[in-house]
Amino acid sequence: MDFSDTPKEAEFRQEAREWLDANAMRGTDTTGKFHVGGGDEEAALRNAKTWQAKKADAGFVGVHWPKACGGRELPPSFTAIYQMEESDYVVPRGFFEIGLGMCAPVMMRYATSEQVREHLPDMMRGEKVWCQLFSEPSAGSDVAGLRTSVRQEGDEWVLNGQKVWTSGAHFSDYGILVARHDPNAPKHQGLTFFFIDMKSPGIEVRRIKSIPGRSNFCEVFFNNVRIHDAQRLGEIGQGWEVAITTLMHERLAVGQASGTNFDDVLALARTAELDGRPAVEDSLVRDKLADWYVRDKGLEYGRYRMLTRLSRGEMPGPEASVGKVVSAAQVQQVAKFGMDLMGAAGIVDDARLVPAGGAFQLSFLAAPGYRIAGGSDEILRNVIAERVLGLPGDIRVDKKLPFNELPTGTA
Amino acid sequence: MNFDFSDEQKLLRDVARKFLAKRCGTNVVRQVLDGDAPFDRDVWKGIVELEWPGTAVPEDYGGIGYGHVELCVLAEELGRALAPVPFSSSVYLATEALQLAGSEAQRRKYLPQLAAGEIVGTVALAEGTGAIRPSAIETSYDNGKLRGTKTPVPDGDVADLLIVAARSGESPDDVRLYLVDSTSKGVTRDSIHTIDPTRSHATVTLQDADAEPLGSGDADWTVIERLRDRAAVLLAFEQLGGADAALEMATEYAKNRYAFGRPIGSFQAIKHKLADAFILNDLARSNCYFAAWALSADADELPIAAASARIAATEAFEYIAAENIQTHGGIGFTWESDCQLYYRRSKLLALTLGGVRDWKHRLIDQLEHRTTAPLTTAGAK
Ligand SMILES: Cc1cc2nc3c(=O)[nH]c(=O)nc-3n(C[C@H](O)[C@H](O)[C@H](O)COP(=O)(O)OP(=O)(O)OC[C@H]3O[C@@H](n4cnc5c(N)ncnc54)[C@H](O)[C@@H]3O)c2cc1C
Repeated sequence: MDFSDTPKEAEFRQEAREWLDANAMRGTDTTGKFHVGGGDEEAALRNAKTWQAKKADAGFVGVHWPKACGGRELPPSFTAIYQMEESDYVVPRGFFEIGLGMCAPVMMRYATSEQVREHLPDMMRGEKVWCQLFSEPSAGSDVAGLRTSVRQEGDEWVLNGQKVWTSGAHFSDYGILVARHDPNAPKHQGLTFFFIDMKSPGIEVRRIKSIPGRSNFCEVFFNNVRIHDAQRLGEIGQGWEVAITTLMHERLAVGQASGTNFDDVLALARTAELDGRPAVEDSLVRDKLADWYVRDKGLEYGRYRMLTRLSRGEMPGPEASVGKVVSAAQVQQVAKFGMDLMGAAGIVDDARLVPAGGAFQLSFLAAPGYRIAGGSDEILRNVIAERVLGLPGDIRVDKKLPFNELPTGTA
Repeated sequence: MNFDFSDEQKLLRDVARKFLAKRCGTNVVRQVLDGDAPFDRDVWKGIVELEWPGTAVPEDYGGIGYGHVELCVLAEELGRALAPVPFSSSVYLATEALQLAGSEAQRRKYLPQLAAGEIVGTVALAEGTGAIRPSAIETSYDNGKLRGTKTPVPDGDVADLLIVAARSGESPDDVRLYLVDSTSKGVTRDSIHTIDPTRSHATVTLQDADAEPLGSGDADWTVIERLRDRAAVLLAFEQLGGADAALEMATEYAKNRYAFGRPIGSFQAIKHKLADAFILNDLARSNCYFAAWALSADADELPIAAASARIAATEAFEYIAAENIQTHGGIGFTWESDCQLYYRRSKLLALTLGGVRDWKHRLIDQLEHRTTAPLTTAGAK
C-alpha cells in the first residue's frame, strides 16, 4: 500500500514535471478561458493547437500507444501519470480529448496502417481535430436506435440523416460515425462504422446553444454525403461492435466532470458569513463539506487504485464509471450549495460581482450536461449493476424485431 | 505505485476469509445473538491460534511483527464475517494504547499476554450520551484510585484489562488514561443490552478501584485522539467488510427472487439502489486504503485520513444494511433472516468511538488548520 512509483515511472514523472514546468503555468484555470467554449473560441483553438504540437513533439501524446502508431509504447499507467501531472497546470483543455481518447483507439484497431500513418500524427499534434458522431435525435442512451442511413454504391457509400449533440463538430476536421445500412435487420445488426471528412460536400453543421449560453455542441446534417469504402472501420454490419470499443475507451478519456469542487466551497465557506460568523463554523455547512471532501478523496484515491491496475497492464473495467457518476452529481451539488452560501447574491451571474469569479454560477449552469453526456446517471447505474454486480439486464423489446418495425414515440 | 494490498497481504486475506467462512458463518453469529454468551469462544480460540491479536505487535513483545496494513486486512475480513469476538477492543484499542503510550514495564507485562490472547483488553472512553470529549468525562483519578462510571464499554464485561479515560486533576480538560485490572476490588461490571448483542458491552463502575497511569502519566487527550484515529481506521475496514458482505447478500437475492415474472434485480429501482451501494462501497474502499497507508506510515495525514475513512465507511455500511432489508421485502424483516445482523452491526460500528457527526467536525477542524501540504499528487512523497 504505497504511492511510490517504480523507478521507471518516477523517471517519467520527473521528465513530465520538468517539461511542464518549462512550458506551462502551475495552477487551475478558474475562468475557463483556455477551454472549449470559453471566451474567444478561435483564439483558444489556435492556442490549443500550438500547445498540442509542443506536447506531441515532447513525447507526451500517445504515451501508451504502439510505436508503429507514433506512440512510446509505455504501459497505460504512464499516460495516467502524465495526466495527473498535467492537471496541476493551466493548459488548454477540451479540444482533443475526444479525438485522442476515442477516435484514435478505434483507428488504431480498425484502420489500415496507411490510414493510421496518414491521420494519427496530425491528430496527435492537434493539426486536425476529430469528433464523435454517435447520438441522434432519436438515439442517445439507446444509440443503437440510430436512423442515419448509408447506402452502398460501388466503392462508395451515400450518407443521409442527422446527428446531434456532436461536441466540437464546428471546428472538427474528421469524425467517427456509425450509420444504418440495413433497416430490415434487428437494430444492432444493421449498423456500419466509418470515419468521415467533416469538410465533405453535403455536410451541414449547426451549432446548438446550451444552458450556460455557449455553443460547444452541434447538429450535423448529411445530404447525400459520399464516403469511400476505404473509410469503413470494421466489416459491414459490425458497426455496433466497433461503437462499443469506442465507448469503452470513453471511460478513460472522459473520466470526471469538472467545475467548482471541495477546495472552492471550503474557501467560500471561510469568507461567507452566516448569522454573523464565518459559514465554515456552521454545523450544517461542516456536515456538507465533510461529505464532499470524502467523496472527492474517494475519487482521487480511486484513481490511484485504477493506476495500480493500469501499471499491471490491466484495462479499467466498468467500475470506472463510478468516477463519472459521482463527480457529475457532486459538481451540481457543490455549485448549488456555494450559491446558497452567497444568499440573495447567489443569483448574480457576473464574474465581477460574486466570489470565485462566478465559478459557482457557471458550474450550476453547466452541471446538468455532465450528468447526461458520456452516459447518463441512469445508464451508468445500469452498467454498474449489470456489468459489475451481475444483475440481469432490463427487459428488452427491441432486440429481435426488424429495426423498421420497432415502436417509436412522439418526443 | 501499488495502491492495493501486496500479494502476501492478499494471501493473508484469503486465509482469513477461508478460516472465517468455515468457523464463523452467520449461524455462529446468530448463536451469540440468541444465546447468553458474550462472544464466541471457539472463533476466538481459532483467532488466537492464528496469532491475529499479535499481528502488529513487535516480536520483542510477543507479537508476530507484521504491520498495520496486515491488521487492516484482518479487520476487513472480521467485519465481513460479523465476527462476534472482542478483537477490536483488545487489539485496535487496548493493544494500540499500550504500544502508543505504555511504559516499557507495562508493555513488557501486557503486550505478550494480549498478543497471545491470554487476556482481553479494552479502552473505556464513553460516559453516557454525547460526543466523546474531555468535558464529558467525570470519572476521576486521585492518588492511585479511580472513581466514576463508564458506559457503554465495548467488551467491558469480558475484558481483563481496562484502560480508562479519567480526569487527572482539577482542570476538566486534563483527561488521561489509566490501567485497571478488571477483577480488582471496586470494579463492578454489568452487561448491557445493545442494538447488536453479537458484540458485548457493559457498564463499568469504579469505586476507588486501584489504577496506574498509562505510561509515565502523560497519556493525555492528544494520546486519546491518536488512539481514536488509529482505531478508527481499523473499524472503518470492519465496516467496509460488512458493507461488501451485505451488498453480496442483497445482489444474490435480487438475482433469484422473482416478481411479476422476472428477477427483482431487473427492476431499476432495485438495481440502481444496489449500484449506489457499490458506489458508496467503492468510495469507502478508496478512503480506507489511503487511511491504511497513513496508519502504517504514521503519516501527518492520519487524522484526516482516519476521519474520511470513518465517514465514508459508515455511510456505505449504513446504506446497504438498510437497503439489503428493503431488497428482501418481508423475509428481510424476520428474525430468521441474516439481514438483521448487518443492520445491527452497521449501527453499532457507526457509533463506536463516536458518531459520524463527530468525525465530520473533526475532519473539518483538521482541514481548516492543516499545516502540512495536502498530498494531492501520487509520488509526491
Ligand atoms: C454536453 C454534452 C456533450 C455531448 N457530446 C456528444 C458527442 O460529442 N457525441 C455524441 O455522439 N453524443 C454527445 N452527447 C450526447 C449524449 O451522449 C446523449 O445526450 C446521452 O447519451 C443521452 O441521450 P439522449 O440525450 O438522447 O437522452 P435519452 O436517451 O432520451 O434519455 C432521456 C432520459 O431517459 C433516461 N433513460 C434512457 N434510457 C434509459 C434506460 N434504459 N434506463 C433508465 N433511464 C433511461 C436517461 O438517463 C435520461 O435521463 C453529448 C451530450 C451532452 C449533454
